[in-house]
Amino acid sequence: MMGRDIMNRIDRKFNQLREENKKALITFITAGDPDMDTTVETVLEMYSSGADIVELGVPFSDPIAEGVTIQESSLRSLKGGTTLDRIFEAVERIRAKTDEPLVLMMYLNTIFVYGCGKFFEKCSAYGVDGVIVPDMPYEEREEILPYSKKYGVYNINLVSPASHDRIKRIAADSEGFLYCVSSNGVTGVRSEYKTDFDSFFGLVREYAKCPQCVGFGISGPEQAKKMSSYCDGVIVGSAIVRIMAEKGRDSAVPVGEFVGSLRDGIK
Amino acid sequence: MKKGRFGEFGGQYVPETVMNAVSELEEAYNRYKDDGDFKAELRRLYNEYANRPSLLYYAENMTKDLGGAKIYIKREDLNHTGAHKVNNCLGQILLAKKMGKKRIIAETGAGQHGVATAMVCALFGLECVVYMGEEDTKRQSLNVYRMELCGAKVVPVKSGTCTLKDAINEAMRDWCTNIENTFYCIGSVMGPHPYPTMVRDFQKIIGEEIKEQMLAAEGRLPDAVVACVGGGSNAMGAFYEFIEDKEVRLIGAEAAGRGIDTPDTAATLSNGSLGIFHGMKSVFLQDEYGQIAPVYSISAGLDYPGIGPEHAWLHSTGRAEYVAVTDEEAVSAFEYMARTEGIIPAIESAHAVAAALKAAPSMKGKIMVINLSGRGDKDVYSVARYRGKDISEQ
Repeated sequence: MMGRDIMNRIDRKFNQLREENKKALITFITAGDPDMDTTVETVLEMYSSGADIVELGVPFSDPIAEGVTIQESSLRSLKGGTTLDRIFEAVERIRAKTDEPLVLMMYLNTIFVYGCGKFFEKCSAYGVDGVIVPDMPYEEREEILPYSKKYGVYNINLVSPASHDRIKRIAADSEGFLYCVSSNGVTGVRSEYKTDFDSFFGLVREYAKCPQCVGFGISGPEQAKKMSSYCDGVIVGSAIVRIMAEKGRDSAVPVGEFVGSLRDGIK
Repeated sequence: MKKGRFGEFGGQYVPETVMNAVSELEEAYNRYKDDGDFKAELRRLYNEYANRPSLLYYAENMTKDLGGAKIYIKREDLNHTGAHKVNNCLGQILLAKKMGKKRIIAETGAGQHGVATAMVCALFGLECVVYMGEEDTKRQSLNVYRMELCGAKVVPVKSGTCTLKDAINEAMRDWCTNIENTFYCIGSVMGPHPYPTMVRDFQKIIGEEIKEQMLAAEGRLPDAVVACVGGGSNAMGAFYEFIEDKEVRLIGAEAAGRGIDTPDTAATLSNGSLGIFHGMKSVFLQDEYGQIAPVYSISAGLDYPGIGPEHAWLHSTGRAEYVAVTDEEAVSAFEYMARTEGIIPAIESAHAVAAALKAAPSMKGKIMVINLSGRGDKDVYSVARYRGKDISEQ
C-alpha cells in the first residue's frame, strides 16, 4: 500500500521526463468498453507504445463534460455491466504487470455514492495515482480532498480558457499535473481551436506549481506536436476511443500503433 | 447556512468552464434582484405580458363533492404561455438582457418551459435554442411546434433516456461550448447555485399572491398548500412565502409513474438517495454505484430523476410533506377536474389535484389551496391514448 511518504508515480514520471527532456503523453480509454479484458490489454499496450500516464475513464450514465464519442463509449461500457468494483479489479490486473502511473477520470457522483473514504482507500490499495473529476470545480474540492490526501491520491485540477482570473488559484492548487482544457466545450476531436494559446498558457505557466498538460480535441500526431510546444504534455482521449469503437476486442494493436505515432509526434 | 446551500443540499458542482459564468450570473442577480428599476420592469411584464396576478378561484363544486376542506385553486394555468414557467423566464431573460447576452438556451420536459422561453425570447428579440428529449418531442409535438412558431430552434436529444435529464445534459454541453455569449435559462429550482435560489425568487410571486388573495377572501392563511413536484419550481414558488408560517401544511406531489414499488417511477423523495448531479447535491433516483436511474411518468414535466435542493431540505427537516401520485391517480384527477370544475389541468398539475383529492376529505373546516401550475390542452391527446381512445386528426 502506498503511503504519503512514498513518491507518487505521477511525480516520479515527470521527474524522469524532465531529466530526459521529454514531453508527457497521456492517453485515455473508457474502462470496460467493449469489455474489461480488452481494457487491461489495451492499457498495457499503450504503455509499451509510449504512453507515460494512462487515464482510465469510469463510465457514468450522464457524462455532461463529454462529447458524443466518449458518451457512446460510456454507454457501451455500462451496458456490458461495468461497475467501479470491476474497474478496481482491472486496475489490480494492470498493476500486476506495470508500475506506470494510472489515473481515473470520473464524475463526482461515482465517488460520492461509493463513499469517499472507501473509494480513496481502494485507489491507494490497488494503485490508482490520481483522479480527474470534471464536474467538481475548485470551490467544491473539499468534497474529496480530506480523503484523497489521507490516502496519497492526487486530485488533478482542470483549467479552461474560460477560467480567466480563476487560473491562479486552480493552477497553484493542482496535484501531479494540471489538466489544461484546450478550448471551451466538451471532449472530442475539433477541427480548429479559437483559444489564444499564448495568453492562456502564459497564465497557466506563471501560476502552476506542477507540470501542465493539454487535452480536449487532440486528434493525431501533428496536433499533438503543435500543442505539446505550449506545455509539458498532451492528453489524447476521443481519438483513441474512436479506434476502440471501430475495432472492439481487437483494439490493443491498432491503439498501440496510434499511440506510437503520437509518441513519435511529440518527441 | 453556507452560500448556495439549503442545509447540506445545493452547491455548485459544474465543470470549470462554466464556473465564471455561474459567478457572473450570481453577481448580476445579486445586483439586480433588489434594483428598483429591474423590479418595476419585471412587475410590469408579469402584469401586462403574463396576465398576473393569477386568480385564486374558490372551487365550490369540488369542495361540496369532497365534503372536507374548502378548496381554492391558484390559476397559474391562466398565465400567458399556459403555465407558471413564464414567471421564471421573464425574470431570467430580463436579467440576461441586462447582462448583454444574445443567445438563450433552455431544456424542456413537457415543453412548458421551452414554450415560455421561446415566447419571451421572441418578445425580447433574442436567439433561442431549446433542448428537448426525443421521446418528449413525440409526446408533446404541439409544444414543439409552438416553440418553432416563436422562432426557437428545438433540438431533439437522442442520448441516454431521451427525456428531461438528457435535455439538461445537452444544454449543459452547449453552455460549456458557447459560454462567452450564451445564457442558460434553467427551468426549475435546480442546477448549480444561484439557479435554485434565483428561480425560486422569480416563482415566489405565486405564494405571495396566494397569501394576499387568501387574506382578502377568508381573512386568514390556508391550512394547506398543494403543488406538484418534478424539479419543483411551481411548488417552491407556492411554498416559499409560507415556510415560516408553520401552521400551513406544505404538500408536494411527486410522480410515482406506474408505482413506487416498480422501476417505472419518478418519485425521487420516496425512492431516491443523496447524490451529486446536474450541479447540485440533492436527492436522486440512482443505483448503488451512483448511475442515474431511467425514470418514468406519464407526465413529461415530472419525468426527472432528481429534485431541487431546497425541496430536499424541506423534506429532510420535515417542513414539507411529499406524497407519490401514480399515472392512474393523476389521469383520474385530470378527468375529475374537467368534469367537476370545467378546468383541464396540465397532467403535471393533475398530480397535485390527485394529492388534494386524497387529503381534502379528512380536512373538514380547513382551507386548502391547489397550485394549478399549468393548463392541460397539451395533454389531452396522451390522456385519451392512456384511456385507449384515438383522437388524432386525420
